[in-house]
Amino acid sequence: MSNTDRFSLSMRLFHWGMAALVLSMVAAGLLMVTSLQTWQLTLLNIHKAFGVVAILLVTARLINRLQHKLPALPDELADWQKTVAKASHWLLYILLFAMPVSGYLMQYFAGRPVDVFGWFRLPAALQVDIYNYALFRELHGWLALALIGMIALHIGAALHHHFIRKDNVLKSML
Amino acid sequence: MKALYLTLLLAPAFSFSAEGPPRVSAQQFVDLQQGNTDFPGFRRAHAKGICVSGEFRANGQLADYSKASLFKTGATPFTGRLSIAGNNPTAPDLKAPVRSMALSFASSRTEQWRLAMNTPPVMAVADPHTFYQQIQAIQAGPAAVKQFFAAHPESSEFLTWAGQYQATGSFAAETYYSINAFYLVNADGKQQAVRWAMQPTVSVAATDLTAPDALQQEIAARIAADQVVFDWVFTLADATDDENNPTKAWPDSRQQIIAGQLVLTGTTPQLEGDCHAINFDPLVLPDGIKATADPILRARSAAYAESYRRRAKEQLQGALEGSNNE
Repeated sequence: MSNTDRFSLSMRLFHWGMAALVLSMVAAGLLMVTSLQTWQLTLLNIHKAFGVVAILLVTARLINRLQHKLPALPDELADWQKTVAKASHWLLYILLFAMPVSGYLMQYFAGRPVDVFGWFRLPAALQVDIYNYALFRELHGWLALALIGMIALHIGAALHHHFIRKDNVLKSML
Repeated sequence: MKALYLTLLLAPAFSFSAEGPPRVSAQQFVDLQQGNTDFPGFRRAHAKGICVSGEFRANGQLADYSKASLFKTGATPFTGRLSIAGNNPTAPDLKAPVRSMALSFASSRTEQWRLAMNTPPVMAVADPHTFYQQIQAIQAGPAAVKQFFAAHPESSEFLTWAGQYQATGSFAAETYYSINAFYLVNADGKQQAVRWAMQPTVSVAATDLTAPDALQQEIAARIAADQVVFDWVFTLADATDDENNPTKAWPDSRQQIIAGQLVLTGTTPQLEGDCHAINFDPLVLPDGIKATADPILRARSAAYAESYRRRAKEQLQGALEGSNNE
């Protein structure tokens, strides 16, 4: 297997590390907007703090990706399939940036400083702006649904490559 | 996708089988509060209120207990709101059983504090799921309420308060309680459980006012004539007090500290003022104040957020455009 048959170790670590983080964030988000249990506040604060971790990670990941050569997609794929594959990956990147940014902005406009593990706080508006809060709150929710959809598509495509096309695409990320 | 989302939304409601009342979600709770009549763009609870402004003048007495900058000697401005319980923004002021004071201190971009206080000093129940049943009983009528309280002996202190409470003729003459306890945290990291109250400095007899907006008119005229002052009184728990149970008051013998005076200097109709945009979630806390594990307190963030999300979205869609304060 030549070097470019497989994603580099750093890319694989970023991929699986962020997969775990993103799935946890989505689960936490869906739980914390509904739950009235005593752990809700703790989960809420952890979710916000890890949003900061997420944007730092996705930034580092993007820089890392741009510095590495990616394994080529299988030759058997039609051009349009390659285009869809590439576009879906860039859409995932856009969502990975848009989620923490929209999450922070809804907090910002609601006048709620974000405490990051007790180390420091992200600033919030001194004067609440309910219109911008509403905009980013709804956006954060819709982007989350889009992200869940894209992740499902991503997993489905990986399994399709592995079990139906029996090519090297999934293995290249393992 | 919608089915998946709903399943995930409802999962927490069914994922536990502990004893006690059926668990309700923030959405169910706010659905119950808003009832069948829609008032788009308004709060789902305590919908009718008036914006107030002023400052807190700290005397420094609490600075050894909390590192919150607010308690250092000096003045901090606030945006606040005086309101009555209920989902109707046009309800008659004098019919409401509960009156409230909410405050927002935006001390800096990283330190903000929201307070939501009510006239009862204690809750009738100790957890949000039982509170849901209490609201259901109130909506069902007096017979259901009687039955509910009979089945919930923990409501005894609340009922004693309700039995002797006399509504005054002014927002300025009520005592507003934090109800839930919080921890003060000082510079050494030492924690002290506290409750607090805004205690009035005037007494105003219950009048024979009848106007639907009687309390709003009264407070606007009173503040226009002169500032209205409250003492901000903290009660310190001792080791035998349960800071996580909002149905039990602490003994009168507990140490009390007056942290300073809250001075109200202005009023504005709520839709013209700064208070309408604010979610007075009492879990927005500055460094130096921490939430206890009180289940009612812990439930407030999610419920307030759901109410806020609904009305903010409605407002974005133009719900309040062209409407006056009513």
